[in-house]
Parts: sequence; C-alpha cells; structure tokens
Amino acid sequence: MTEPLVEARDLRRTFTVRTRGEGRREVVAVRDVSFAVHPGEMVGYIGPNGAGKSTTVKMLTGILVPTSGHLRVAGLEPSRHRRRLAQRIGVVFGQRTSLWWDLPLRDSFALLQKVYRTDPARHSANLDRFTELLDLGRLLDTPVRQLSLGQRMRGDIAAALLHDPDVLYLDEPTIGLDVVSKGRLREFLRTLNAERGVTLMLTTHDLQDIEAVCDRVVVIDHGTIVHDGSLEDLRTRGGSTRTLVVDLVDEAPPVDVPGATTTRVEGPRQWLSFPADASAAPVVAAVAAAYDVADLSLQEPDIEQVIRELYAGR
Amino acid sequence: MPAVPVPQSAAPHPSLYAAVAARSFRRYATYVAATLAGIFTNSVFGVITSFVYVAVWRANPTAGGYDVTDAVTYVWIGQAMLMTVCMFGGGSPDALASRIRSGDVAVDLYRPVSLLGWYLAADLGRAAYHLLTRGAAPLLVGGLLFDLRWPLGWELLWFGLSLPLAVAVSFALRMLAALSAFWLLDDTGPRSLLNFLAVFGSGLTVPLVLFPDGVREVLTALPFAAYLQLPADLWLGQRTGVDALAALGLAAGWAVVLLTACAWVLRAAERRVVVQGG
Amino acid sequence: MADLLARAVAPAVDFTRIGALWVRASMAYPVSFWLLAVSSFLITGLDFAGIVVILGNIDDLGGFGLHEIAFLYGASGLGIAFADLLVGRVERLGQMIRLGRLDVMMVKPVPLLVQVCADEFALRRLARVLQAGVVFGVGCWTVDWTLPRVGASVVMVVCSALIFFSLFVGLACVQFWTTDSAEVASAFTYGGNTVTSYPLSVFPSEVVKALTFVVPIAFVSWYPALFVLGRPDPFGLPSWLQHAAPVAAAVCLLAAGLAWRAGVRHYRSTGS
Ligand SMILES: Nc1ncnc2c1ncn2[C@@H]1O[C@H](COP(=O)(O)OP(=O)(O)OP(=O)(O)O)[C@@H](O)[C@H]1O
Ligand SMILES: [Mg+2]
Repeated sequence: MTEPLVEARDLRRTFTVRTRGEGRREVVAVRDVSFAVHPGEMVGYIGPNGAGKSTTVKMLTGILVPTSGHLRVAGLEPSRHRRRLAQRIGVVFGQRTSLWWDLPLRDSFALLQKVYRTDPARHSANLDRFTELLDLGRLLDTPVRQLSLGQRMRGDIAAALLHDPDVLYLDEPTIGLDVVSKGRLREFLRTLNAERGVTLMLTTHDLQDIEAVCDRVVVIDHGTIVHDGSLEDLRTRGGSTRTLVVDLVDEAPPVDVPGATTTRVEGPRQWLSFPADASAAPVVAAVAAAYDVADLSLQEPDIEQVIRELYAGR
Repeated sequence: MPAVPVPQSAAPHPSLYAAVAARSFRRYATYVAATLAGIFTNSVFGVITSFVYVAVWRANPTAGGYDVTDAVTYVWIGQAMLMTVCMFGGGSPDALASRIRSGDVAVDLYRPVSLLGWYLAADLGRAAYHLLTRGAAPLLVGGLLFDLRWPLGWELLWFGLSLPLAVAVSFALRMLAALSAFWLLDDTGPRSLLNFLAVFGSGLTVPLVLFPDGVREVLTALPFAAYLQLPADLWLGQRTGVDALAALGLAAGWAVVLLTACAWVLRAAERRVVVQGG
Repeated sequence: MADLLARAVAPAVDFTRIGALWVRASMAYPVSFWLLAVSSFLITGLDFAGIVVILGNIDDLGGFGLHEIAFLYGASGLGIAFADLLVGRVERLGQMIRLGRLDVMMVKPVPLLVQVCADEFALRRLARVLQAGVVFGVGCWTVDWTLPRVGASVVMVVCSALIFFSLFVGLACVQFWTTDSAEVASAFTYGGNTVTSYPLSVFPSEVVKALTFVVPIAFVSWYPALFVLGRPDPFGLPSWLQHAAPVAAAVCLLAAGLAWRAGVRHYRSTGS
C-alpha cells in the first residue's frame, strides 16, 4: 500500500467557550480521532451539526492548531508548514468565497496563478479544462457579485484546483445548490478524481453526495469517529436489514420462510426483512417454492435510516 | 453589526419609536469589550490634547476668550461628544446604507412606518448609550486628572437641550450621506467627506474660537458647530441667556432643514426604486 | 543567492499584486473612488492646518516654532503614513476573523500578514504620505543641514515607519483573543502619532519617560529631531537617546513578530 496522504492519530481539539451564567467551559470539538487517507481516495466526512467536521478540516488545512495528537498531510505538519502545505492542497468552504467580489472571475483566476506561482502553461491548460467541465465559459467575464450561488461555487471550485493540488477539501460544497447543480458538481468531482487522481475529502449533510462520489465514508459524532469504511459497510452495519417485497397472486396470511420475518402485509403484497449481510437467494427460493409469486423486488437498507440510528445511538 | 430590523407591520405610534430607541440602546450595551476599549482610547486622546492645550494657554492665557480651565474642559467635552454624535460616522445610517447596497431597503420603503422616524429613534437610542458610557466615563477620567469646569443651573439646562439637537443634526447629515448609496451604490466617498467636515467643522481638531475672525463666524454658523462647539460653549457658560437661546434656535433650525432634506431625498429614492424595480 | 533574493521579495510582489487587484475592484464605483481620494487628502491636510491655527494664537509651543513643529509632525506623519499604507488594514483583523475571511487567507501560500494587509488596499492612503511629506518639507526649511543630519533624518523616517508598523501589527494581535476591542490599538497608533506631532516638551517628564522606555514612541520624531534641529534635550536625558531610534525600532519589530506568531497559533476561527 502507498504512503498515506493524510494521517491523523489521536487528533484532538478543544475550545474554551465563555457562556453567560456558566462561565468558562471546555468544548471538545474533536476527540482523539485517528484515520488515514491514501492518494486517490474519495472520502465523505459526515456527522450531525456540531459534530466536529469543520474543525477537523481546519486542522488538516493548518488553520487550527490541534490541541493534541499527531497529524501529517503530504508529509507536512499542517499548522507548522501551513504555507508549504497550501501549495499542495485546495480548499473550498461552502459558505464563503475566495473570489474577488467586484471583479470578473477571470481576474481572480489570474491572480491565483501568480499567488501560487503556477506554471503559466499549466495554469491555462487547467483553466481551459475546468472551464469546459464546470461550464464557466460565459461566466468568466462576469463580476462575482452578479453570479448565482451555484455559479459562484463552480468558480470557487475551479479556483481551488488551478494549482494542481494533491488533495481537495470541500466543506459543504453543495449547500444551497439545486438538484441539477448538485448532480453536475458530483459528476465533476468523479471526473476530477478519475482524470487526475486528486484525493477528495468532502463534508456534507446530503447523503446523495456521498453515494454519488465517495468510496469511503467516515462518520463523526460528538467529536468521535463512529464509522469508517465503505458505504456498503455502513449499510450492513449494526443489525440493519434488507427487505424483500413479494407480490403474491392472491392474498394470503403472512409468509413464513426460514431466515426472514414478515414485517408488513397489504393485500397481496408482503414485506419480508432479513439481515443485510445475508444472501437474498435462499429467501427468494424459499418464497418461490411455497407460494404463487407474481413479482419480487429487493430494497437495500435505507442509508438515512442507518445514519439516523447511528447518530441517535450515542 | 446587524442591520436595524424593521417590523413586519405596525402603525406609527410614539411608543413604537420609544421601543426602537430602547432596543438600539440595549443592542449597543451588549458590546462591553468594545465600549471599554473605546473609553480607554477616548481617555488617552483626552490626556494628550489636555497637555497640549495647557501649553497653548500657558503661552496665551486668554486665547479665544477661554482660560486654561475652559480649554481643558473643552477637550474632555470633545471626547464625550465624539461618539455621541458619531463624528467619525456610524450609527443607524450605516445600517441603512448596507441595506441599500444589498437591496433589502426595497422592503423597508413599503412599510407603514416612517423610515426616517425609525432610524432616527434607533440613532437616539445609540446616542443615549454612548453618552452615558463613552461620554460620561472619559469626562470622569478627565475630572480626576485635570481641573475641569462643571456646569450648574442654567448652563446645565442649555447644555442638556443642545444634546438632542446635536444628535439630530448629525443624524440628518449622516443619513444624507447614507442615502447617496441609492445613486452611487457605494457610500464610502460621501461618508468620508462628511467625517472630514464633521471633525474639522465641529471644533474637534481645534476649538472654533481659535480661528481668525471671519472664518470663525462662518464655521460657527454651519451645522457642524452644533456637534461640539455649541454644547461646549453652553457648558462653559460662554453663551448664556438670549445668546444661548439664539444659538439653540439656530441648531434647531438646522435640524429641521436637514431632516426635511432627508425626507425629500427619501421620497426621490423611493420613486427611483419603483422605477428601477429595486 | 538569487533564489534567496527571490524569496525575500516574494511577499512584496504578492502584496503589490493583491493590492493592485483591490484598486481595480474599487474602480467599480468611480464616483466614490474620487470622493474618497479627495476627502482623504483634505482630511489629512487640514490636520496640520489645526496646528497652524493654534500657532496663530501663540508664538511658540513648548519652546518650538512652527517650522520645527512641522519637522516633528512630518517625521511622525510620514512614519504612520507609510505604516498605514502597508499594514493599516491589520486593524480590521477582528472583522476578517468574524466573517471567516481569515480562514480563506490561511490556506493560500502567501504569508498571512501580507494577505491581511493587502486586503482592500486603497490608493487613497497615499494621500497621507503626500500630505505628511509636504509638511515635512516645510519643516526641513528650518534645518541647518549637515551630512550627519541628513543621514539622521533618513534613519528617523525609516525607524518611524518601522515603529508604527510594529504598533499596528503587534496591537492588532489582541484581536486574535478578543475580536471587538480593536479600538485599544488606536490609542497607541493614532494616539502615538498625535503625541509625537508636538514637541514632547509640552508633556510632563514622567509621560516622556514612559514614551521613551515603555512604549518607545518618542523615537519616531522627538529624539532624532532634537539632534537634527540641534536642540538640547529639555528634560536633560542622555544625548545617546537621540541616536537610539534603530534600537527602539528593532525591539518593536521583534515584539510585534512574536505577538503575531503567538496570535496565529492561538487562532480559533469561528464556530460556523
Ligand atoms: N471557534 C470556535 N469557538 C468555540 N467553539 C467552537 C469553535 N469552532 C467550533 N466550535 C465548537 O466545536 C464543535 C464542532 O464544531 P464544527 O464546526 O467542527 O462542527 P461541524 O461538524 O462542522 O458542524 P456543522 O455541520 O454544523 O457545520 C461545536 O460544538 C462548536 O460549537
Ligand atoms: Mg461545519
């Protein structure tokens, strides 16, 4: 296996907050978190509000100094080598822009070439490619203040990528975007990863972002990682079930086959649930052998449900 | 700072404006650290200027018709008025300017409350807070460090009357600068021009009494004199009786003229918003 | 060697580029741009007019005449004007923190201070340099020039700028801890400028000692100017102080640098 690009061990960050009445209080925003991200991975980082996602990203980018723990990104300690690291990473904060409000996109991009001292040929090749992929052509000469949220986000993403970073962090990039824009953005991120091998780390509240883009999900809650693995693992996690929907030819009492339980009956239609990690084949075979079946369909476990349980379980 | 919110619907009623003023007062009262920092800075400037004026009046004990106690007292009244009348700008007109820039103002214009009355009330609330904190505290500091003249009887009354006029005049001028944003989109230019006129014309840089004849008369007749020179002269007993009344009348006249100008500009702005669709 | 040089000038180049972009952006509102340019020239210009008005009522202030005061005023004014031109924006650090702008700057490969200071760069700040330069020119009229005095004047202006530079930066660091007490800094920066625009002989000797040894603001004009103007120290302090401005500037720079580093490491971003 290759060297990890991002390596966090027992990473912790606390904040002292002053509240009226209670006085000073310690908030542990990130609590001894460990994970590693390898080049080319696409990691989704999810968790409820206040879980510590943004705080983690800010430590990974060198904005915040960790309270304790070990952290390396591209071989550098982020807070100590913040500027060197900046050359190797791209960051997009969903709610704020790094573009110049009163100037056309083109001017912001031109400045970024100078700021990152990107090779001019490389810069213009990148600009052409991203203009094409993100459909920025007609926006390049529009002042940023006149762009819509979705258009501006595309501009911000291009801005974060023009210097060929190895890692791209996106903190809630799809916030406030419409369905079509979200779809296009996800498509773009997949292309980016496939074409250039850019490692992605993406925080979001929209699970469809994860389903469409990420091959790995890290779930954080109250500062602690509660899941780290593939989306499939998450689906089959902790007693989650798949459901076989059976349409019988005639109405019948609840179906009784080994390995599954009937959870619902509605006329000739019945819902049978069985463990998500078991194979569906024996259940299907058993049902088909014992009943007159008109139709069958299989429902994967509802990821939202799994995550709701995960969040509530703490 | 958040913009001053305008209510969804409310009949213009005096108690509404009182409530607006009270809310504005409380909002400023939440920035304790900023207030303390400001008092510190006002006091430092007061000390510096006091020493300079002591030296000036030592060299010429009757300059401008003041004695050294008058001069040092003037310094501290200046520090007290500085934030009360927003010599460097700020207050509710700034909130309006940012609502004009963002376009939110279109909503304000169609509400059944007087926009001018609303913002004036908010600014009076702010001024009251600043007078009690950033006005009174430096005056106390000044009183501890230097020998000051304290007003009694009539002087106090005249001074008290000049305060709301000072705020009203300064509010109207700041409002006019803010309203220019309807046409210019960006009001920083007019605003900084106004700050310059206010700082110099009010007598903050140098008391107006030190200016040569002619220039002094012109400056005293301008509305900026109501910011500082007039309240100070009333406090110091330099202008009393009929003279004080005439001076207050002039300030009141300016307040009326300038507020009327604000109302008129607002109406023009309203028409412009209607034509342009906001 | 060439590489080292490139590394050293890179921040200046970045500052110029970012600043130029802001100037271009401000041209989006031309009327405001010109009003601002004119008014900032007037504001700074009439600041000295105030001193002229005062001196219309008296012959001298603390034993110094108008030209000598112009020399003091110009030295202090040029220093704060250059410092303001370069780093004046650091005053707005708290606002940048609250709006999350600092986070965006921290992930760019340009020194953070350069980005903070180049933010919303405005050409009108040159007006202040111009105005202070004119007054300084008036003050120079009265000096009996010799080579050492020319040298001392140059060193004075450079050190003045460096001291104000350090005050702006060092005091702005307070905002890494509390974002809404920015005004304390003004007491030292603009207050320091006001103090040193006058002959320090108008202040009590304890104040002057504090301005020499605690916050060494007296070195931006007073001590070097005593040497250039050939005046004895009215407080009888040692004459080597008149050449100590570079030491004061170095101490200030060091303190500001340490404060900035501590501030950045303490930075806690915003909760959103
Ligand atoms: N600068 C700060 N000062 C004080 N507390 C903070 C700060 N930043 C974050 N926190 C606290 O740390 C915890 C984690 O915050 P964080 O912003 O990382 O959450 P998040 O997972 O990004 O949440 P969201 O989904 O709402 O963006 C919260 O309790 C928050 O209040
Ligand atoms: Mg977040």
